[in-house]
Amino acid sequence: MELSRLRHGTELLKRGFAKMQKGGVIMDVTRAEQAIIAEQAGAVAVMALQAVPADIRASGGVARMADPAKIVEIIEAVTIPVMAKCRIGHYTEAKILEALGVDMIDESEVLTPADTYFHVDKRDFTVPFVCGARSLGEAVRRIWEGAAMIRTKGEAGTGDVAEAIRHMRLMNEAIAIVTKLDDDALMDVARRYAEPYKRLAEEVRAELGMPLTEDTPVFREYTLLEVAEGLFEVLKEIKELGRLPVVNFAAGGVATPADAARMMSLGADGVFVGSGIFKSENPEKMAKAIVEAVNNYDRPEVLAEVSKGLGEPMRGLEARKLLEKEMLQVRGW
Amino acid sequence: MKVGVIGVQGDVEEHVVAMRRALAAFGLHGEVVSIRRSGIVPSCDALVIPGGESTTLSRLMLKEGIFPEVLEAAERDVPILGTCAGMVLLAKEGNEEVAKTGQKLLGLIDAKVERNAFGRQRESFEVALSIPAFGPEPFNAVFIRAPCYVSVGAGVEVLAKLEAEKTLKITKRECIVAARQENVVAVAFHPELTNDLRLHRYFLSLI
Repeated sequence: MELSRLRHGTELLKRGFAKMQKGGVIMDVTRAEQAIIAEQAGAVAVMALQAVPADIRASGGVARMADPAKIVEIIEAVTIPVMAKCRIGHYTEAKILEALGVDMIDESEVLTPADTYFHVDKRDFTVPFVCGARSLGEAVRRIWEGAAMIRTKGEAGTGDVAEAIRHMRLMNEAIAIVTKLDDDALMDVARRYAEPYKRLAEEVRAELGMPLTEDTPVFREYTLLEVAEGLFEVLKEIKELGRLPVVNFAAGGVATPADAARMMSLGADGVFVGSGIFKSENPEKMAKAIVEAVNNYDRPEVLAEVSKGLGEPMRGLEARKLLEKEMLQVRGW
Repeated sequence: MKVGVIGVQGDVEEHVVAMRRALAAFGLHGEVVSIRRSGIVPSCDALVIPGGESTTLSRLMLKEGIFPEVLEAAERDVPILGTCAGMVLLAKEGNEEVAKTGQKLLGLIDAKVERNAFGRQRESFEVALSIPAFGPEPFNAVFIRAPCYVSVGAGVEVLAKLEAEKTLKITKRECIVAARQENVVAVAFHPELTNDLRLHRYFLSLI
């Protein structure tokens, strides 16, 4: 067999990787010992971080990609996939994570955004990406840019599931409407979804006193119409499938087995648990309970059993009481 | 006929859809169900263990009481197909990665399995794989953090392998990527992610 015939980094491989995570729990970890606890508890992957979102929120300052030494330490500790976060639009952090052998990159609002105009063009990578979304528009833009997995943004580091539920509901409701639209109406939605891509081109031309013409590239070589056409194709796929064409996880505030099960019953393909495990009183028990809750989300008697005696969950913050500038979900578009 | 897909974790829906398509294509009547708890495996005429994380699958199958039911079904010669993580669980013996996590294997194929045999996700690949039992046309095989069998016992039929190569991670020796022992079939790739139904045809003929 000729090696040249091995194809790497295809769309099928990226989306396929995410599909293997379905029905699973992905846990935030900051040390090798935590990664091993997560693996033993039945996590399908771990997210290697410098600090969990609750601590990032508390400490303030600029949150960046984790120390590569830490990521390598975690990669070497477990056999399950290891994910890591890069800042929104930080192409170079993403390339570093790819070079480290990270299995999936989370372009995450939990870190301080690096590029106020654009997210990473994820098609330039061999490894798959997961991206947060609060609405169908954000999800469609990220999928067009090459994301192989979407997760709700929720409100990370709060332990309050309300925002994750809100984002999942917003997305489900929008998908239900999209499935009934004809091509013309779908193209109107695509044009609307394309609008944020023109901000840089528009801002610069406004300063120069020049108009934004139809043949002006706005994002890399793409004109606004070409972006809209790309988004239209994603919308058509959503219409045909009645769901996102990539795996859609819940994230941002999941803190208990009941929270995880609630997200599954709203149609999530799996859950990310950030601070909820290692900020709880008994991480090992909590991790196992959440894994079992995801598999048994529709069996209240099992959920009752696994929820018993877990100790204190993370303390938490009521997400709706945060000021907009304190919210992580408003980062990215 | 009833085909059960172990549904505790992994690309379960993809397997259910592919199996339904296969039944329809070959004019077979039957249902395909996803299994997340005990009590359903005993009524199935064939079983599929999907791709996913083998550590998670193994743990949940034990917790839910599905693990012993699968062993019992194998004793009754119920055909079992394992893909990727499923291939890991079907093996008798694991490499150090398997030992490290303490995951339990079903041991239905006399083989030694190596988890993540080709490397990490960036090394995952698609390839036109020659599987003589399926005819001359190669199979578009999708390998995602895939395992392989590094050795098999005399009772195991090797259906496909990737030959030893000089570069990449496929260096060591030959990697067995499809194998069968009596009614149990293991493949390292994901036939449920492509449209080629020849593996399904082969598997369903065992019922």
